Amino acid sequence: MIEVQHIKKSFGKLQVLNDVSFSSPGGSCIALIGPNGCGKTTLIKCLLGMVVPDAGTIKIKNEAVNKGWEYRSMIGYMPQIGRYPENMKIGQVIEMLSDIRMYKAQRDEDIINAFQLKKLYNKRMGTLSGGTMQKVSAAIAFLFNPELMILDEPTAGLDPVSSELLKEKIQAEKRNGKLFLITSHILSELDELVSHVVYMQDGKLLFHKTLDALKTETGEEKLSRAISHFMKQHQPS
Amino acid sequence: MRKIVKYILLDILKNKIVLVYTAFLLLITLSVFSLEDNTQKGMLTMLNLELFIVPLVSIIFSTIYIYNSSEFIELLVSQPIRRRSIWLSIFSGLAGALALAFIAGSGVPMLLFERSVISMMMIGLGVMLSVIFVSIAMLAAVTTRDKAKGIGMSILLWLYFSLIFDGIVLFLLFQFADYPIEKAMIGVTALNPIDLGRILVLLKMDVSALMGYTGAIFKDFFGTQKGVLLSFFVMLLWIALPLLYSLRKFNHKDL
Amino acid sequence: MTIKKLLPLLLIAAFAAPATARQLTVGKNAALKNIAQALVIAAPYDTIIVQQGIYHEHNLVIDKPITLLGKDMPVIDGEHKYENISVKADDVVIKGFKVCNSGISSITDYAGIKICNRHNITIEGNYLENCFFGIYSQYGIRCTIRNNTLKASQKEEQQSGNGIHCWKSDSMQITGNTVSGHRDGIYFEFVTNSLIWKNRSFRNLRYGLHFMFSNNDTYASNIFENNGAGVAVMFSNHVRMFRNTFRENWGDAAYGILLKEISDSRIEGNVFKKNTSGIFMEGVSRVEMHKNSFYGNGWGLKIQASCMDIKLNNNNFIGNTFDVGTNGSLVLNNFDHNYWDKYEGYDLDKNKIGDIPYRPVSMYSMVIEKNPPAMILFRSFITTLMDRSEKVLPSLTPENLKDDHPLMKPVQL
Repeated sequence: MIEVQHIKKSFGKLQVLNDVSFSSPGGSCIALIGPNGCGKTTLIKCLLGMVVPDAGTIKIKNEAVNKGWEYRSMIGYMPQIGRYPENMKIGQVIEMLSDIRMYKAQRDEDIINAFQLKKLYNKRMGTLSGGTMQKVSAAIAFLFNPELMILDEPTAGLDPVSSELLKEKIQAEKRNGKLFLITSHILSELDELVSHVVYMQDGKLLFHKTLDALKTETGEEKLSRAISHFMKQHQPS
Repeated sequence: MRKIVKYILLDILKNKIVLVYTAFLLLITLSVFSLEDNTQKGMLTMLNLELFIVPLVSIIFSTIYIYNSSEFIELLVSQPIRRRSIWLSIFSGLAGALALAFIAGSGVPMLLFERSVISMMMIGLGVMLSVIFVSIAMLAAVTTRDKAKGIGMSILLWLYFSLIFDGIVLFLLFQFADYPIEKAMIGVTALNPIDLGRILVLLKMDVSALMGYTGAIFKDFFGTQKGVLLSFFVMLLWIALPLLYSLRKFNHKDL
Repeated sequence: MTIKKLLPLLLIAAFAAPATARQLTVGKNAALKNIAQALVIAAPYDTIIVQQGIYHEHNLVIDKPITLLGKDMPVIDGEHKYENISVKADDVVIKGFKVCNSGISSITDYAGIKICNRHNITIEGNYLENCFFGIYSQYGIRCTIRNNTLKASQKEEQQSGNGIHCWKSDSMQITGNTVSGHRDGIYFEFVTNSLIWKNRSFRNLRYGLHFMFSNNDTYASNIFENNGAGVAVMFSNHVRMFRNTFRENWGDAAYGILLKEISDSRIEGNVFKKNTSGIFMEGVSRVEMHKNSFYGNGWGLKIQASCMDIKLNNNNFIGNTFDVGTNGSLVLNNFDHNYWDKYEGYDLDKNKIGDIPYRPVSMYSMVIEKNPPAMILFRSFITTLMDRSEKVLPSLTPENLKDDHPLMKPVQL
């Protein structure tokens, strides 16, 4: 479903992505992890077309990303920090997106209901707390039944209850055959969700393995331990 | 695209600054025409105000608006929408709102006071200048990420078009005083939409007689249908070139 | 002879002329069918009454002192070939005719009515249409040209002569005439001691009044309007110009008045309205200008550096684009006690005179004078800024071209 080939991107002198390639079919859940500033968010933005790569190709469902735009209707994106027009109310943002996307099918309002967002529909985006903003972002990501979900730090800022609700939704959708790409610092919560792990460091993709394979290789039970084991091995000497 | 324009227009209207701008233009236009006993003089005063205020408000408001819509732009970019549609929608929304504000605030009262070719030209010029300076603002805003720098740049651009350019022209006129440069000056005016508009309207007014030999040469060119069409085309270029260039930049911009 | 013997003779002499002055009538139904016939049999000081009708007189030469009266505007048609009437005797009166279609020539100055070298001619209440020259006086003395209407409709200067043309004449009275569509409305060259009063001269191709080498003349209460180049008064002295109106002489080279080489003259109570330049003066000296009004002109007054000893007092300058323009820094003229609507000073002592001087020459007008193409910056922001800064800190404008006592209110006229 995703095919990333030889992506390169630099901001000025800083090489953020250095020849990154990976691919993944549907129905899996990929954890995209790595230390801060390793290029995770940039990679995601490349997938979304928000950042234009200097070289390489990205294909989503066999459609090249750099030329097209229609592919984005297959993607649900939950940004790390949601940024919305401050003057608009929650309800208006949701209605506007449906309107602009001209989405006529049944909307997936599970998240809206779970977070009881409808009560807050009249709140202006500018007045929202970080957590509520995350809830809105999550709701929008799931709203249009996308086949590919990209979640950038989905649980950061959410209270434990909401976090749990979101994870349940992710599990449910995974079973529906959707492809998830999740970044998170809280590795423990990824344990229950992910099937694959992509590890990046200094703009390079170091490995792309199934969670089971990783655990076997490192002999660790927990993802977090497996990763730290790996990081120790690869520490620059 | 039409839908995005709709949301942008609604957002601009909610902003109220455009409404204030309209009211301000209305106030100025009404006071100019009620203070001046003859409409010809009123028109001249209006021309000066139009050449000063319209570009200033258009470029500054647009630049600030674009920076303030960065969240909106970011939100839309991750949606299945062409970047071109987003950018052109913002342009259309701004240009439409500012042109409408000008027509409502200045154009309609002007027509009520004097229904003549000159009023029509003044309205045409006001609309053109509004759109041109939105287009230039789009370019200024896309060039730099820093809001303060961007606004600074658009103030400088405005200063350049309304003052510095004319200063350079004056300097050149004195430098080349011994050469017949009147004809070359026609070409030079094309480099500044404000000057071009000012001369086009002045030549239609009686005051053109004051412009002597130079005025006669300009009249020979701008007075003809060909000249007017060509100036119109140059104005269109002033809209299209900055817009297209900014679009190119926006298409490759990382958000 | 004694006085007693002489008395009856004198009496006869005194009454003989009126007693013998006959009235001859010319007309379709009269014995005399044309005016030329009547002139042949008329005695000096007879009156010829011409009835309504169209007369093809070819060139009517009046060689006796007679009175020619038209009844119901009879027409004397020159058929585009002839000079309609040539006056070649003194004491002729021509009154109440429509004179039209004189010949046009580039060699001869054909006129509707021409006076040659005569005196005491009265031309009154005639209507001259489509004549090459209208009323033409050469070496005329004490002639009165009164209440005539002259109208021509040529488009080219070469095809058109002057309306009222006076050359080397003296003591002329040109009053109450209306002239339009000629080359120059009223033309004076080498004319002295004459009066031009209450005429209207408009839409003439060149000048409303063209006035040269003519001294000791007065023109007053005339209206000069919308002429190709306004009015030109040149190379003359002791000219008095009172209460005339110069308006809407608008065009590249049009002036309310062009004054050139004029001296010892007075310009008072005139109105200059909506001209490209109200007055353009060059080489003018010892001229007093009082109580004139300059309204809505491009330039109120353009005064070249060659002018001196001009006194400009109690004039009103209102709504002009530029009040005064000049081409040099030397100013030998006196501007005082005028009203300038652009004056922004104050009057703390309430004596109705502004406390700080007014400088009527703007910096931009100096720039244009030095570099005419700079006119393309007309009404641009930079010129406003230039003028503003110059007001605060004068540098380019002539130091002593200023009105030290600008009035706070317009002069009441």
